Amino acid sequence: MATSHQASGVQAGRLSADQIAENFSDLHAPFDAHEAAVAADRCYFCYDAPCMTACPTDIDIPMFIREIQAGHPEAAARTILNQNILGGMCARVCPTETLCEEVCVRETAEGKPVEIGRLQRYATDTLMAQGVHPFERAESTGKTIAVVGAGPAGLSAAHRLAMLGHDVVIYEPKPKSGGLNEFGIASYKSTDNFAAREVDWLLQIGGITIQHGQGLGSGLTLEGLKAEHDAVFLSIGLAGVNALRAEGEDKDGVRDAVDFIAELRQADDLTALPVGRNVVVIGGGMTAVDAAVQSKLLGAENVTIAYRRGREAMGASRFEQDLAASKGVKLMFNVQPVAVHGNGAAAEIELEYTASEDGKLSGTGETVRVTADQVFKAIGQTLEGAPEGLELEGRKIRVSDSGRTSVDGVWAGGDCASGGEDLTVTAVAEGRDAAMDIHASLTG
Amino acid sequence: MADLTTDFLGIKSPNPFWLASAPPTDKEYNVRRAFEAGWGGVVWKTLGAEGPPVVNVNGPRYGAIWGADRRLLGLNNIELITDRPLEVNLDEIKRVKKDYPDRAVVVSLMVPCEEEAWKDILLRVMDTGADGIELNFGCPHGMAERGMGSAVGQVPEYIEMVTRWCKENYDKPVIVKLTPNITDIRHPARAAKAGGADAVSLINTINSIVSVDLDIMAPNPTIGDKGTHGGYCGPAVKPIALNMVAEIARDPQTHGLPISAIGGVTTWRDAAEFMALGAGNVQVCTAAMTYGFRVVEEMISGLSQWMDEKGHTSTADFIGMAVPNVTDWQYLNLNYVAKAKIDEDACIKCGRCYAACEDTSHQAIAMSEDRVFSVKDEECVACNLCVNVCPVEGCITMEPMAAGTVDPRTDKVVEEDYANWTTHPNNPSVQAAE
Repeated sequence: MATSHQASGVQAGRLSADQIAENFSDLHAPFDAHEAAVAADRCYFCYDAPCMTACPTDIDIPMFIREIQAGHPEAAARTILNQNILGGMCARVCPTETLCEEVCVRETAEGKPVEIGRLQRYATDTLMAQGVHPFERAESTGKTIAVVGAGPAGLSAAHRLAMLGHDVVIYEPKPKSGGLNEFGIASYKSTDNFAAREVDWLLQIGGITIQHGQGLGSGLTLEGLKAEHDAVFLSIGLAGVNALRAEGEDKDGVRDAVDFIAELRQADDLTALPVGRNVVVIGGGMTAVDAAVQSKLLGAENVTIAYRRGREAMGASRFEQDLAASKGVKLMFNVQPVAVHGNGAAAEIELEYTASEDGKLSGTGETVRVTADQVFKAIGQTLEGAPEGLELEGRKIRVSDSGRTSVDGVWAGGDCASGGEDLTVTAVAEGRDAAMDIHASLTG
Repeated sequence: MADLTTDFLGIKSPNPFWLASAPPTDKEYNVRRAFEAGWGGVVWKTLGAEGPPVVNVNGPRYGAIWGADRRLLGLNNIELITDRPLEVNLDEIKRVKKDYPDRAVVVSLMVPCEEEAWKDILLRVMDTGADGIELNFGCPHGMAERGMGSAVGQVPEYIEMVTRWCKENYDKPVIVKLTPNITDIRHPARAAKAGGADAVSLINTINSIVSVDLDIMAPNPTIGDKGTHGGYCGPAVKPIALNMVAEIARDPQTHGLPISAIGGVTTWRDAAEFMALGAGNVQVCTAAMTYGFRVVEEMISGLSQWMDEKGHTSTADFIGMAVPNVTDWQYLNLNYVAKAKIDEDACIKCGRCYAACEDTSHQAIAMSEDRVFSVKDEECVACNLCVNVCPVEGCITMEPMAAGTVDPRTDKVVEEDYANWTTHPNNPSVQAAE
């Protein structure tokens, strides 16, 4: 069947395989050695560098860039991975424009920062391509630690604990490891199955076993884990998705953006993945952008992000907004969904304009209807399935700076835990720091 | 537009940019291209004595160092003098000079240290109609092993002797090209003058190994599994050349001796600097070898624009202007006091000044919690390191203190009067004289 941008409804095969391949290729092509040398040469090797301070994992950025300058990307990779074992993925997905690169002095001076993310990728890719795992395990401590969730926080904690000589069992309900690295995140940021390759590479440390299909509420209890292990680290993410609370939310064509992204990430053939002709994404974060851009790349004719507040309040960075715009995604601000219309399946979404007074948002009563045969909900995820007895803070598990929960012997980190932004890099930092604290408490 | 016409030893050229004796001037073909591109003159690549020409290696002749983006900063070479038959070169020189009468054509020579050998070649050069000769006493590789090139240039007596032979047997200008591979450039320059040289040209290349191949453990460029030292040139050598030119320009014994400056001239500015230090013109090689002959266009337009801006109508106006301001350390004004000043608006907060000062200098820069950098006048000795490491030009400046104010570092009043080391109380020779 001839399909195209204009074919109505949610359909597969809007673009040819070649177009799809091109659309989903690497967002930022990797540096070659010369490009890396030139990019690295721009680094001033700042004293007490602002980039380093801005990095949630405190990577010694000036040092790793200097190591690239000196012709040793492998050494640079070790400097990175010492602090951030998922430095390869973070190089791809970190919103560097709001972290290290935002505070780079060359951003201040010229509006053109040192390309730290791409340099980090150059270093970590070089090392990983050599199949080298640069860390070794310490002598066995005889302790075992349970990690629940094989996302960035769990993998980071597991690696650090394994390195320190503990045995780690990761329990992961999903059939694959990686968490949002594997199931979330736009495909063009993690090409060539990178998330899975990175997990395999990380596991080379040894001492980590992963039990897939097991999680809290699916065969495991916190009490049971505590009884069997010397410590427990929870990195269960945010499994719930917020509802639109708009009429017609249950119509066909309305779904969670995270599910769409997960399906896309796991699809063997993207030409077989259906997408609407007119897609509306509700939300303003990275997930909204990832869903919108990928819809467009799959061949949707019109894609709109509808966000209830103004541009400046958007969770997605300006870079992400511009990326969406450059792919042809339309950004609508100050609108909230009130109803999805259609006979069984979504046909239109009705949006109400909003006004904000003293930070409080309310509808103005004026509405607009946008054609939509597919509506993605990307208005945030919530903690789901957290064990009883853990104190919460807001809607997350309350943790101390070192990741301790209110329950003895139980630590938590990543998106499920309080504090920090919901970023891969933050999760890695939290997992690492909790691991250090677990180690200290088990060996101290 | 300023007139760039230059008269060097009576040799006229439309501009002061000559190509140095080197690969770019080895053949008629290259030299014609150079003249078409606008070069004011050439020093033809060194001719050797009659007989079978020298041979060059058949592997790499050049090595280099680069900046991160492969900007060539320094080049070295192990090429010898011309490896083409003498007769071929002489014929070509004659033809080129005839076709370009307004350009300078000087012939570089290197023959064994025997008067007959020099007499013979001089006769033959005279026949070409070339404007003058340059004695290659500089090449530090290959030819030096055979008692020529820098082997002569390192012995002032030989320089004087050969120069004299040439002056006695040749009636046009004789330029003596000096090697920098010596301890004090003034001695060979004095020898050249004593021998009657009309001018000196410098610097020839500096003995160098540009890098070592750590896989085969041999210097670059490597011929098979061995390498040798070569002659270093290009932007990296300019500071060394500037100093040597200045030393000769201000030496009472050689002051006024015309100088043709060589060493890393890449832009108009480099040329202007050499000329300010007393050079009557400049010779260029590496810039042309890196970018091609067209670079002379920028040199011409740049120098001309600068001269217009400064009100110089001819190159003679500014040649040597900076020489009186080159002095010995002992005559520097010790009562001059400056302090570094950081322009906070221009500062991009990299902290390099802080690291440099705190780790390696005088702990004279303060850093606040929010990365504001300021100079501690009570510690600052005005060393200028912060200025040099700052990535923002003009962000840190050295501000002289007015006479009468108190230097917070020494608690001494800044004196109006000039006073130098020769009269300083800490100078042992001053005390000895008392």
